[in-house]
Amino acid sequence: MAELTVAPKPAAPPSAPPAAAAAAPSALQRVLDALTVPVLSVLTAMIVGAVIIAISDDAVLAALPHALTNPLSLLGAIWNAVWLAYSSLLSGALGSPRDIVSALASGNSAAIIKAVNPLSESLVTSAPYIFAGLAVALGFRAGLFNIGAEGQIFAGALASAYVGYAITGLPWIIHLPLALLAGAAAGAIAGAIPGYLKAKTGAHEVITTIMLNYMIFNLSDWLLNGPMKAKGGNPRSPEIESSAYLPVLFNGLRIHWGFIIALVMAGLVYWFLWKTTLGFELRMVGVNPRAAKYAGVNITRNIVLAMALSGALAGLAGANELLGVNHYMANAFSPGYGFDSIALALLGKSHPLGVVLAALLFGVLRSGATRMQTIANVPVDIISIIQALIIAFIAAPAIVRWIYRVRAARTTEREVFTRGWGG
Amino acid sequence: MPPILELHGVTKRFPGVLANDHIDLTLNQGEILALLGENGAGKTTLMNILYGLYHPDEGQIVVRGQPAKLTSPQDAIALGIGMVHQHFMLVPVFTVAENVMLGVEEQRYGVLDRQSVARHITEISSQYGLLVNPNLYVKDLGVGIQQRVEIIKLLYRHADILILDEPTAVLTPQEADDLFQVLRNLKAQGKSIIFITHKLREVLAIADRITVLRGGKVVGTAEPAKTNSAELARMMVGREVILSVNKKPAQPGEVVMAVEDLNVLDDRKNLTVQGVSFQVHAGEVLGVAGVQGNGQTELVEALTGLRPAAAGQVSVAGHDTTAATPRAIAELGVGHVPEDRQADGLVLSYPVEDNLVLNEYYRAPFAHGIVLDERAIEAAAVTRAKEYDVRTPSILVPVSNLSGGNQQKVIVAREFSRPLKLLIASQPTRGLDVGSIEYIHNRIMAKRDEGTAVLLVSNELDEILSLSDRIAIMYKGKIIDTLPAAGATKEALGLLMAGVHSRDELAVQLQVEAGLAEPPTPAEVKAA
Repeated sequence: MAELTVAPKPAAPPSAPPAAAAAAPSALQRVLDALTVPVLSVLTAMIVGAVIIAISDDAVLAALPHALTNPLSLLGAIWNAVWLAYSSLLSGALGSPRDIVSALASGNSAAIIKAVNPLSESLVTSAPYIFAGLAVALGFRAGLFNIGAEGQIFAGALASAYVGYAITGLPWIIHLPLALLAGAAAGAIAGAIPGYLKAKTGAHEVITTIMLNYMIFNLSDWLLNGPMKAKGGNPRSPEIESSAYLPVLFNGLRIHWGFIIALVMAGLVYWFLWKTTLGFELRMVGVNPRAAKYAGVNITRNIVLAMALSGALAGLAGANELLGVNHYMANAFSPGYGFDSIALALLGKSHPLGVVLAALLFGVLRSGATRMQTIANVPVDIISIIQALIIAFIAAPAIVRWIYRVRAARTTEREVFTRGWGG
Repeated sequence: MPPILELHGVTKRFPGVLANDHIDLTLNQGEILALLGENGAGKTTLMNILYGLYHPDEGQIVVRGQPAKLTSPQDAIALGIGMVHQHFMLVPVFTVAENVMLGVEEQRYGVLDRQSVARHITEISSQYGLLVNPNLYVKDLGVGIQQRVEIIKLLYRHADILILDEPTAVLTPQEADDLFQVLRNLKAQGKSIIFITHKLREVLAIADRITVLRGGKVVGTAEPAKTNSAELARMMVGREVILSVNKKPAQPGEVVMAVEDLNVLDDRKNLTVQGVSFQVHAGEVLGVAGVQGNGQTELVEALTGLRPAAAGQVSVAGHDTTAATPRAIAELGVGHVPEDRQADGLVLSYPVEDNLVLNEYYRAPFAHGIVLDERAIEAAAVTRAKEYDVRTPSILVPVSNLSGGNQQKVIVAREFSRPLKLLIASQPTRGLDVGSIEYIHNRIMAKRDEGTAVLLVSNELDEILSLSDRIAIMYKGKIIDTLPAAGATKEALGLLMAGVHSRDELAVQLQVEAGLAEPPTPAEVKAA
């Protein structure tokens, strides 16, 4: 042993690093910090949405020329328009609280079902968002931008539809898991291909996944007009066997077991990312590939694994819709879940809990939109506008921070969305 | 004569840290003031305030007797204050002249007037002894010449007060001597200079006065004639510091690593390591000396599996590791303290405890199958942090919160906590304070005395001389000489690091690099 001829050190470090002297923020503080930008983004998007609703409302436009002489009528018209729109959005999504309470009090099951139906519909709409949001979030965690979620959803739906109608005579306990597995596997393959290309050749996943999307859409078109076509004139698949259905949770409501499976998946993704060695490596590759390489992580394997798992989750989104809601495959079955899920993952900060909350929000928005259109005469497209604004505000948090004068908290994990273009 | 620059009670706070605590400083005209302090002592913050990059929370700055309000570097430049940063701010694809005039371009009828700029530069060059060819591209210049360009930039903007931030960090000893000569010239011509450094010997060599900072406060001033290294170190650190390691004679054993004829390409497919061969024995330290950029980085990457070898062979303990993965090499008992601790050695956003097991997380006891054993990780992390004196509020904070020295200790704790046949340490004390340097040097010697073979790659000649048993010098990708450490002098090593064997050769080489002479023909080289 070399002699350590050093004079004894004083008890307190004489030149303690300034950064270490700052206390680590408490858990509550960190949660609040994390929620600030997403919540403010949603709020701001709703405000802009309100402005658009107001200026396209007839009553408001009529009151506008008299704004200076009769400002109150203008404000009243604006308030009416926005209130009607958003309240019908909420009641369309969640049902009216009064009806729910009185139905529960009366104990009449038919009344309860009617009162709770909007909420059930919102959850049905949320389920595929949860799966797809988890898919994109998992990709982000590995530093990969999976825009192929939509194609992977289609792949999953096609595969599970096929297993659902082509195999007969199986009990549900085998048929249903098999169909789900087929959906996940198809999505995994659709994800692994761009993953492998990125790992081996550096081909950026944004390009390859978009291209693969188109390939899958066209494949679906051909399949539904050809080999997978049901009898009759429309380009759709046959109905699946009832043994492959995702059963409903309560008779009379459409909410089905797929929603529960989605929540379970969120828990699984959390466990995978933070409690396993695979997740440890995957996050390392996302945050610092150089250090990952130094630590001995196989970068190629992790990129392919991340894209495959991401694809599998998206495939399950497709399977969920098919086995739980539609029970047959047609080309129009997805209103763009895969693309909305990118906004979702961003809003949920790529964390399973955030994704679930964001998915519930999006489910509420989409579900309530039809009622908003019927009652308040506001086109459903306003929801797409709001969703797009949410993405814009999340992608450029500085805007929200500047508007509300919120100082940026020192975030611990900087979100990396993608790398590979000279970076 | 009144001081040309005074700082009174300058204070700067950042969230959670008091970077400058009521600092008083004076700079007299025509003097060289050294600002001495460890990393994190507040030197660079203070100078950034002086240069207008930060605004002080309290305090006053007085320039030539007038209070000054510096809101941006423009204000500082207007007052004749110029700063050369540690990381140069030059555009590699511009010429020297273009870099110098960037932002203050001279025009003639709306067209850039390169000729008068070049003339102006030549005047400055001859006046101050900063010789350089204005028409060369910066990317083709050596680091020492690039630094000359940075100084010319300041003089071009009529700076009287020059601030140099760690200027010798990237220079060989001879280049540092040349820089000191330039500084003496500048001083003779009436310029005032603030020289920021943590290197004690330089301060004693060049400064007229020394101000020592510690923890954001001024803890003392001194004059070189009346003080010595030990006392300055004590002021910088706050306690007695032993500046050289007590080294027992080496007991080298069998060969642990054998490198034969290794060729490595860099990212641009240039041959950066050419035909390198050496052996490292158990219980000895082989130091690889050289100025940054001569292939050392790529050499270490090839040895640790992070970069493929283009040709040649590497073996560790008898196993061929030429094409092995980093994990396979590590599992053979090789530890690696990487050159860039933040980019390679740590995952900054991961907590300290995860970083402390970054090389072993995948096997027992830290994982069972694919499931991580959090309690085992925590226990091991606590033990390692304690044993290696890692100062952190908790092992759960992200490792980015730690100071450079403590981050390096995390890496050392991790690598040293398993049996090592070979330790590869690359720039292990870069950017660290004296206390941490002392600690890590002692740990490396301890490993060497336990019988571990150590390959030390460093740009710091002091470190190489202090720790090595044998010294190999790398220049332009080749090992041009290997000497026993006993009897090696800084002068000889400095010349070898510049690729030459004598002072005359060096003078010629500098002329060539500065674009003022043609490279000698082989016949001329032979004759010398």
